Amino acid sequence: MTSLSRDDVAKLAGLARIEMSDEELVALSNEFTVILDAVARVQEVASADVAATSHPLPLRNVFRPDVVVPSLSPADALSGAPAQEEQRFRVPQILGEE
Amino acid sequence: MIRNSASEMASKLANGEITSVALTQAHLDQISAVDKDVHAFLHVDTQGALAQAAAVDAKRKSGEKLSPLAGVPLALKDVMTQKGIPTTCGSKILEGWRPPYDSTVVANLKKNDIVILGKTNMDEFAMGSSTENSAYGPTHNPWDLTRIPGGSGGGSAASLAAFEAPLAIGTDTGGSIRQPAAVTGTVGVKPTYGGVSRYGLVAFSSSLDQAGPCARTVLDAALLHEAIAGHDPKDSTSINAPVPAVVAAAKSGNVKGMKIGVVKELNGDGYQKGVRNRFEESLELLAAAGAEIVEVSAPNFEYALAAYYLIAPSECSSNLARFDAMRYGLRVGDNDGASAESVMNLTREVGFGREVKRRIILGTYALSSGYYDAYYGSAQKVRTLITQDFNKAFEIADVLVSPTCPTTAFKIGEKANDPLAMYLNDIATIPVNMAGIGGMSLPSGVADEDGLPVGFQIMSPVMKDDRMYSVGAALEAALLTKWGAPLLSTIPALAGSK
Repeated sequence: MTSLSRDDVAKLAGLARIEMSDEELVALSNEFTVILDAVARVQEVASADVAATSHPLPLRNVFRPDVVVPSLSPADALSGAPAQEEQRFRVPQILGEE
Repeated sequence: MIRNSASEMASKLANGEITSVALTQAHLDQISAVDKDVHAFLHVDTQGALAQAAAVDAKRKSGEKLSPLAGVPLALKDVMTQKGIPTTCGSKILEGWRPPYDSTVVANLKKNDIVILGKTNMDEFAMGSSTENSAYGPTHNPWDLTRIPGGSGGGSAASLAAFEAPLAIGTDTGGSIRQPAAVTGTVGVKPTYGGVSRYGLVAFSSSLDQAGPCARTVLDAALLHEAIAGHDPKDSTSINAPVPAVVAAAKSGNVKGMKIGVVKELNGDGYQKGVRNRFEESLELLAAAGAEIVEVSAPNFEYALAAYYLIAPSECSSNLARFDAMRYGLRVGDNDGASAESVMNLTREVGFGREVKRRIILGTYALSSGYYDAYYGSAQKVRTLITQDFNKAFEIADVLVSPTCPTTAFKIGEKANDPLAMYLNDIATIPVNMAGIGGMSLPSGVADEDGLPVGFQIMSPVMKDDRMYSVGAALEAALLTKWGAPLLSTIPALAGSK
């Protein structure tokens, strides 16, 4: 049986960029024990000789001619921005102080 | 007027008996009357719908040649972008967002002059089987308001059963069109993967998601299917081939000499008695219509659910990374000096609901180094085995059939705290998405024990979608003869309904 501890879930939540309360972490950790048990069944039949399918269509690099077509205006592109400045998205600080 | 099929409405529009404005207004009136109880809609675009209807009426008056469904109203699942119209995907993280562009499905609807009434409720980002995961509250099943309308497209299906719209658009990743159709006594079709463009469909699981038609009759679904399907250069996974002749198939309904394969593994234990009874009865009707019924086996289908709950969360953990509070949608905690990472963390905490977080974390785990092969990698292998099972079965049969769901609609709240029990709803619909083939659900009656609708599922090979329409039309016609009236004519009346 695979299980994920509260701290394991906290690490995953960090990777997924989701803040979580202690209560939520504990609840998810309990649920994952049951869910992982159920989904681990895939290992019963996934032997080495079976090829993996990532996609239902056998497609590779689909190309189209490189033609200029109308695109969004700056005003449209910025229409949903939480904050904007000088026709740009204004975002919180990404780099440190220096 | 609102109880007609979409094709009946289209004929009345074509011969001048009614106008699109009157027809659209009648549906808006029905929405005003019943949607406080049903809650199928998240947004009703009264002005836009009436303006679109007036424009179609004007075109018709001027003698312009119009498409078959021109002037008929439709309800749009809130996962499809429509320029300037709120698109939330049932999530707080997109509350108030008005997309600056039309999805290809919406562009095709507009091109066909189909009137868009508004946006329908859904499980958040299409993750769920009951519409209880919507951040805006559940939709209620018009057959019994205490029950779920299925999910994720519960709003679209409920709008049809409540006569708020004769047509709707859904999306189906693991059954989100077909399971709501089954539990509301309506028709829902998941076309072949790549048959309908995904451009502007907010992605949940890109290798499984597929938009499709929802309606009250098989012919109506076929007409809508043809209106929205076809190759789209904006979607690189769109199939560049002619749309299967689904309208012709729905009109002929000929199953003479067709081989219909009953999937042994999608029946029996775990399927409600009334569901099994209606299924057997439908098989008898199809045999009487000239089809040959055979049994097929798909031994790897029992692993489909497990594989799905690795593949879909894995893809969603990647797809939903775009909701980062930077360019659109909710932003929380943007105080002076707050880092981008802390803003993302806080926004995603507040913006996402429980099930979405559960799946993102599960997917993050399944894709993480050291676990990838055991989980995501193994699930991809199961996907191969399921496709092989389908290929073998389609060597024996032209189409495959099963009940759409193991049970009829359950009570709102009944399974809300048991994710695994909830996931079991989709046990018969998931294999179709894994292989990218077509699937349809149509009503086969009500279960004797609870009087609630039961769905009959038809599955057809890649780009042979016409076959499921032939079989669906044949069964629908046989059932109509047996009942004397469509199943939805027996639905209990909603308070205030027109």
